[in-house]
Amino acid sequence: MSTVAGHYSYWMTIVLIVAGMYILIARGNLMKKLLGLAVLQSSVYLLYIAPAKLLGGTAPIVAQGYTVYSNPLPHVLILTAIVVGVATLALGLAMVVRIREAYGSIEEDEILARDRADDDRAPDGAR
Amino acid sequence: MLEHVPALQVALPLVAAPLIVLVRSRRFAWLATTVVSYLCLLFSIQLAWRVAASGPVSYAIGSWPPPWGIEYRVDALSAFVLVAVSLTASFVAPYAQRSIAVEVARDRQYLMYAMYCLSLAGLLGIVITGDAFNLFVFLEISSLASYVLVALGQRRQALMAAYQYMLMGTVGATFYVIGVGLLYLMTGTLNLVDMAERLRAVEDARPVLVALAFITVGMGLKLALFPLHHWLPNAYAYAPSMATAFLAATGTKVSVYVLLRYYFTVFDPVPLFSHLPTEEVFVALSVAAMIVASFIAVFEKDVKRLFAWSSVAQIGYITLGIGVDNQSSLTGSIVHLLNHGVTKGAIFLLLGGVALRAGLAALPLRSLAGLGRRMPLTAFGLVIAGLSLVGVPGTAGFITKWYLVLGALERGWWWLVAAIVGSSLIAVAYVWRVVEAMYLHPGDAGAPHRREAPPAMLAAAGAMVLLCVYFGFETGFSVGGAADAAAFLLRGLR
Repeated sequence: MSTVAGHYSYWMTIVLIVAGMYILIARGNLMKKLLGLAVLQSSVYLLYIAPAKLLGGTAPIVAQGYTVYSNPLPHVLILTAIVVGVATLALGLAMVVRIREAYGSIEEDEILARDRADDDRAPDGAR
Repeated sequence: MLEHVPALQVALPLVAAPLIVLVRSRRFAWLATTVVSYLCLLFSIQLAWRVAASGPVSYAIGSWPPPWGIEYRVDALSAFVLVAVSLTASFVAPYAQRSIAVEVARDRQYLMYAMYCLSLAGLLGIVITGDAFNLFVFLEISSLASYVLVALGQRRQALMAAYQYMLMGTVGATFYVIGVGLLYLMTGTLNLVDMAERLRAVEDARPVLVALAFITVGMGLKLALFPLHHWLPNAYAYAPSMATAFLAATGTKVSVYVLLRYYFTVFDPVPLFSHLPTEEVFVALSVAAMIVASFIAVFEKDVKRLFAWSSVAQIGYITLGIGVDNQSSLTGSIVHLLNHGVTKGAIFLLLGGVALRAGLAALPLRSLAGLGRRMPLTAFGLVIAGLSLVGVPGTAGFITKWYLVLGALERGWWWLVAAIVGSSLIAVAYVWRVVEAMYLHPGDAGAPHRREAPPAMLAAAGAMVLLCVYFGFETGFSVGGAADAAAFLLRGLR
């Protein structure tokens, strides 16, 4: 029981990793793939933050009456990781918009089919 | 001033990028990019010289002493890779002006330079930093900029290639940061030197092994380790010429550097090569890359894709040295970071000139017909660089293969020598297809006669071709630096 309940945050991390990877691989819709990517990235946030937080711990400021402190470093790291994640998602969404403009679709199989049709029509790749 | 060179190495291109966006002038963008690239080369040479003279250079960012603050650390390996990356950059930057002017829409050209500067800053940052998380941030800076560089390609396929590159690259980076998280939980430090010391106490703990697995797969995606190379051929084929040359010569190489750093310094106390099948895995995957990817290259119809597949095969040579794991093979691996960078950089720069003169967004093999007459210098350069890919004596590629074969022989692995030679023979086949198209097929009667690429582009590409030959004869810097780095890695951090 303790391996399940005591490591609750780690189990959730694993669930998030696997769910994110599954969406990323199994879905053909470019938007849904990005959502999978977001889920995968949020697993990292949990992996770093959960062990750094102590029950009853406060911010690491020396003051009377407080002896238990949370580790601030992982929190700061994840602040950075969230920014990186936001930047990645923003770029991904911008690309999906551009892909939709260029192909008129955001379904991976339809886009690839159009590319194949292009290749058959214009083998010289003229501009 | 001189003691701040490690910080300037990264800060300079990082500051140049927003400046370029603010000024929004193409001329300024190109000028800033070129100046920054040359300054970076100067800085990296100065650092390499300092490391050779007096050992590793440590720089505390913001004067916070390591292991608490972020440390920039230059040792034999990072000095070598820094020079390799900035050397490529110093050839690509002067080339970029004419190439970008034709291939990228007018209002987006300055953005292309900004992205190039960001990518350069990220790559140099990955190499110079001694902090595991800082490395992740630089990894993402360079990757995000690379995705944009690929997406700015002329054809719409570039968007899809960039999207797929972004998905796989982000999964790779996320896996890397998961691995770092586990290592941080086990050691309580992010400084790579400190981490190696502290791992000794927990070397058999399972999270450390899981971290190793995550970092290996994550960086494997970034460096296009076979069979994680799926993003590479499309990204290289559809990116603008200058971006392809820059990424092919530097992007994957820097990821190999990260893998080397973790395997031979951070995980050094962990019984990596004795208890785990690391050796078998790396040798098997590398040989598969060398053979399979070369075969695919032989049957590829598009020239840029052909050489992209050849890149997957050449990365196989680099990772092979890690699997064989001795002084000679590692020297071969590390020197190939430079040699292959120079060779592939030269090829893609030359192909950029061909695409420019042919007015084509894509280069099918038959568009090279008659190139030997139309662009004799370019065609000849492609032949020389192609020979370097094959590994003909007198070219840079030969030096690499020589050390890899030596390493295999030291282990008594004759079959591996056969595999290296076999894959070189397949390389002869795909290089021959290019040569055949250029010299043995008559071009269109209406094609313009003798029109070489613009002088600035031809000069940059030609200089890289010369380097292919130079590093084939004069190996003082290339093999000397690589051998120092290999000895440093095998000695570990102690």
